[in-house]
Amino acid sequence: MSSHAHSHEELHGTSLEHEVHAHHGHDDHDHHHEESFVSKYIFSMDHKTISRQFLVTAVFMAVFAMMMSLLFRLQLAWPGEKFAIANALLGDKWAPEGVLDANMYMGLVTIHGTIMVFFVLTGGLSGTFSNLLIPYQIGARDMASGFLNMLSYWFFFASSFFMVISMFVEDGPASGGWTVYPPLSALPQAMPGSGLGMTLWLVSMSLFIVSSLLGGLNYIITVLNLRTKGMKMTRMPLTIWAFFVTAILGVLSFPVLFSCALLLIFDRSMGTSFYLSDIYIGGAPLEQTGGSPILFQHLFWFLGHPEVYIIILPALGLTSEIISVNARKPIFGYRAMITSILAIGFLSFIVWGHHMFITGMNPFLGSVFVFTTLLIAIPSAVKAFNYITTLWKGNIQYTPAMLFAIGLVSTFITGGVTGIILADSALDINVHDTYFVVAHFHIVMGVSAILGMLAGVYHWFPKLFLRKMNKNMGYIHFWITFVSAYGVFFPMHFLGLAGVPRRYYSNTEFPMFENLQDINVLITIFAILGGLGQVIFLFNFFYSMFFGQKSEQNPWGSNSLEWTTPMAHTHGNWPGALPEVHRWAYDYSKPGEESDFIPQTVPLRPGEEDGGGH
Amino acid sequence: MFELLIYAIIILGFAAIWQLVRVVELSARLKGVDPNKVTESDNRLNGRLMLTFMIAMFGFSIWQFFAYKDRLLPTSGSAHGEEIDWLWDFNMIIIIIVFFITNGVLFFMAYKYYGRDNAKATFYPHNNKLEMLWTGVPAVVLFIIIFLGIKLWNNITEPAPANVRLIELYAKQFNWTARYAGEDNKLGKANYLLIQGANELGLDSTDKASNDDIIVKGEFHIPVDQEVNFRNRSQDVIHSMFMPHFRAQINTVPGIETYFHFKPIHTTEEMRKITGNPEFDYILMCNKICGASHYNMQMKIVVDSPKQYEEWIKQQKTFIPKVEEAKADAKPEADSMKADSLKK
Repeated sequence: MSSHAHSHEELHGTSLEHEVHAHHGHDDHDHHHEESFVSKYIFSMDHKTISRQFLVTAVFMAVFAMMMSLLFRLQLAWPGEKFAIANALLGDKWAPEGVLDANMYMGLVTIHGTIMVFFVLTGGLSGTFSNLLIPYQIGARDMASGFLNMLSYWFFFASSFFMVISMFVEDGPASGGWTVYPPLSALPQAMPGSGLGMTLWLVSMSLFIVSSLLGGLNYIITVLNLRTKGMKMTRMPLTIWAFFVTAILGVLSFPVLFSCALLLIFDRSMGTSFYLSDIYIGGAPLEQTGGSPILFQHLFWFLGHPEVYIIILPALGLTSEIISVNARKPIFGYRAMITSILAIGFLSFIVWGHHMFITGMNPFLGSVFVFTTLLIAIPSAVKAFNYITTLWKGNIQYTPAMLFAIGLVSTFITGGVTGIILADSALDINVHDTYFVVAHFHIVMGVSAILGMLAGVYHWFPKLFLRKMNKNMGYIHFWITFVSAYGVFFPMHFLGLAGVPRRYYSNTEFPMFENLQDINVLITIFAILGGLGQVIFLFNFFYSMFFGQKSEQNPWGSNSLEWTTPMAHTHGNWPGALPEVHRWAYDYSKPGEESDFIPQTVPLRPGEEDGGGH
Repeated sequence: MFELLIYAIIILGFAAIWQLVRVVELSARLKGVDPNKVTESDNRLNGRLMLTFMIAMFGFSIWQFFAYKDRLLPTSGSAHGEEIDWLWDFNMIIIIIVFFITNGVLFFMAYKYYGRDNAKATFYPHNNKLEMLWTGVPAVVLFIIIFLGIKLWNNITEPAPANVRLIELYAKQFNWTARYAGEDNKLGKANYLLIQGANELGLDSTDKASNDDIIVKGEFHIPVDQEVNFRNRSQDVIHSMFMPHFRAQINTVPGIETYFHFKPIHTTEEMRKITGNPEFDYILMCNKICGASHYNMQMKIVVDSPKQYEEWIKQQKTFIPKVEEAKADAKPEADSMKADSLKK
């Protein structure tokens, strides 16, 4: 058994390199590491396997959440209409005769948001790519702690499990929106979903936070301690910078969400009143008094806002790498990109109040948050301009990954500019919680991050599954996804400008919204098209996993270290000694060189300047 | 039947895509080419699609703007709302320009520099001047936006003068109640522990200020051209008082009082003429998720001329007689309950 070798490596992280060297001195290395099915594929401590576990779980969760969105989109486009599919999926209680129930509508909206934000774009995105790329791209044999890494996945799995089964409890899932503001979420008298469904939501999220912290600590320590010789911080690919800052954000902000959730658990089951005061509900005054529902929002958004950067930074990191590789050009302004990531990371902690302009918060505080929030637009703009300049005079290779990466830049701009409006508290007054906001955040972080994640899947599929995904299906998938993303979310701005609030089960109760129905139909048609487009992806993904074309070692002509490993899942990543790094990761099309890429392991020529060190 | 037809079409669609992909691949294999290798013609095709997409997306955006223009919220019904609309347009012009230029340049680059087989990219790692430029220009523009935004925000959120008419909006699942401060312009004390029967707002009848308070449901009236200060309370969960036509919104939070004040500038009648819609009404809606019927928690607002308003308010009953009536109604019931409990 390999357990001895394993534990030895984990306990002595620093001597890991040495150990594995010694192993690889012998040819019988593989025999030593013969692993059982369970330790290889289930309770694996190998970063590559854990990465795949995160990805497959996230794909499952994404399908689940996307189907929910299609169900509520049907209701919004054709309110009260009967859909056999709704009845087939939700049953007679929640969709009698195929008409979606109002409580279930709220439940679907809530769980859709929760899964997409946390399970797909936080757990799925960071879990997959930080795990895969941090050891690979910094030249490490594995994560600093394989054991904690394994725990991180299994907490994620348990948390996903509880979130999914919460859909099936009698009173329905949590239904107070993904932000679960109390008192609504604290009191089962207020809505059925605030009963067992909400309890499961809290259990699930607590487990999720544990997973995220275990993962995050591991990523930070690995980046700081396990970089191979020559891999200075200023030579790291931008992917690693993005994952590194993301992990720091997570470690600093998720504990606050934990405390936020914990106090809510206390209020719900132990009679405390952190968030409750002066409430009369269900025909009786509530005994608990003296708390503040606004406290919850401060705690929630103290995580909640960094959270959107926890989602978007990794996607931007993946994009930086993919755009540079496929434009066959160095990323423009490497140092400025790092500075932008750091600036965004820092600012993300002092802007949470812009979610709360109209809670009755002191207006002066509102002004401060207007100021800090609008500052974030500066590093974000720098990033967008740098991507565009990277394309300039490039020799763009349109792999499916490159299409998705360029798509991300476009949606990041389109969604970003409306953020300038929403950050302005005076303007926020009339569009707060309307479809204008729904349009904004879906484009800037939902669509952008999904496009980034898909770009990453296409680009690193050969490192994940040793095969390539089908190119032509990738093209079809991209164009359907991109067109439908704009088709779904762009018209939503206009609904917001017409005053339509979000989270309305139906807009039929207001005569002023009557003439907007065709917009909702248009949105739903694009949503269905987009959903069908993902079927192509799912087929390509699972088919290529087993039957795809085997990949060569460096299919995209890339400089970073992961492509210097053989196309095999070897424990320890490099069969021989760890690679030594001599240059930054972006020497593409360097003048005077024959090849249009120079891997980081190639020593600098005499007198040659290292691009990363300028 | 119709649904089945749609599913059949979808399945056939996938089959068609699958066949198409197969054909392309087989022909690549026949030519002895790696089917997953990106070729110059792939690059050209996708580059052109990028440009096509840009044109289509810009066209779609402009089309929506014109197609939906008349369905957006009409001109502001409040004084501060006109300033909000001005600032909105100012910011919107900036972001629309940025949207078109930046996306335009992005897609144009994506088209112009699609990969050619014998071409080589230009090694261009950085340019400090350029980077300073696009850090500096957004910074300057943003400082203007911040300055104008905060200035307006401060004007809007400044506390209302003391003599302004005070109206309380009281939210509960799933309706609104308006309470007018009455002649003394003081809202009487309220306490959630006093909520009982007809006293939905939990008013304290021992507080004299409450005696002349006027409570209305269904719709409430306000006079045009007079500032009105709304005090907002909630009975159960967080709601949000949202009056989109007045550009007014603030949350109603249990345990906390929030305020929002503004001056209506068009009567309902005038607004019907402006919008050309004889059925136009100002509306108060809930805009914070509050439960299953969140989507139907509304109250009509009528903006009257001062004269019409005075007539209307005179017809409304004050709090105290209301409670006495309610007591008279409730008494027999209470007696019978007592009798019931005695029997047990």
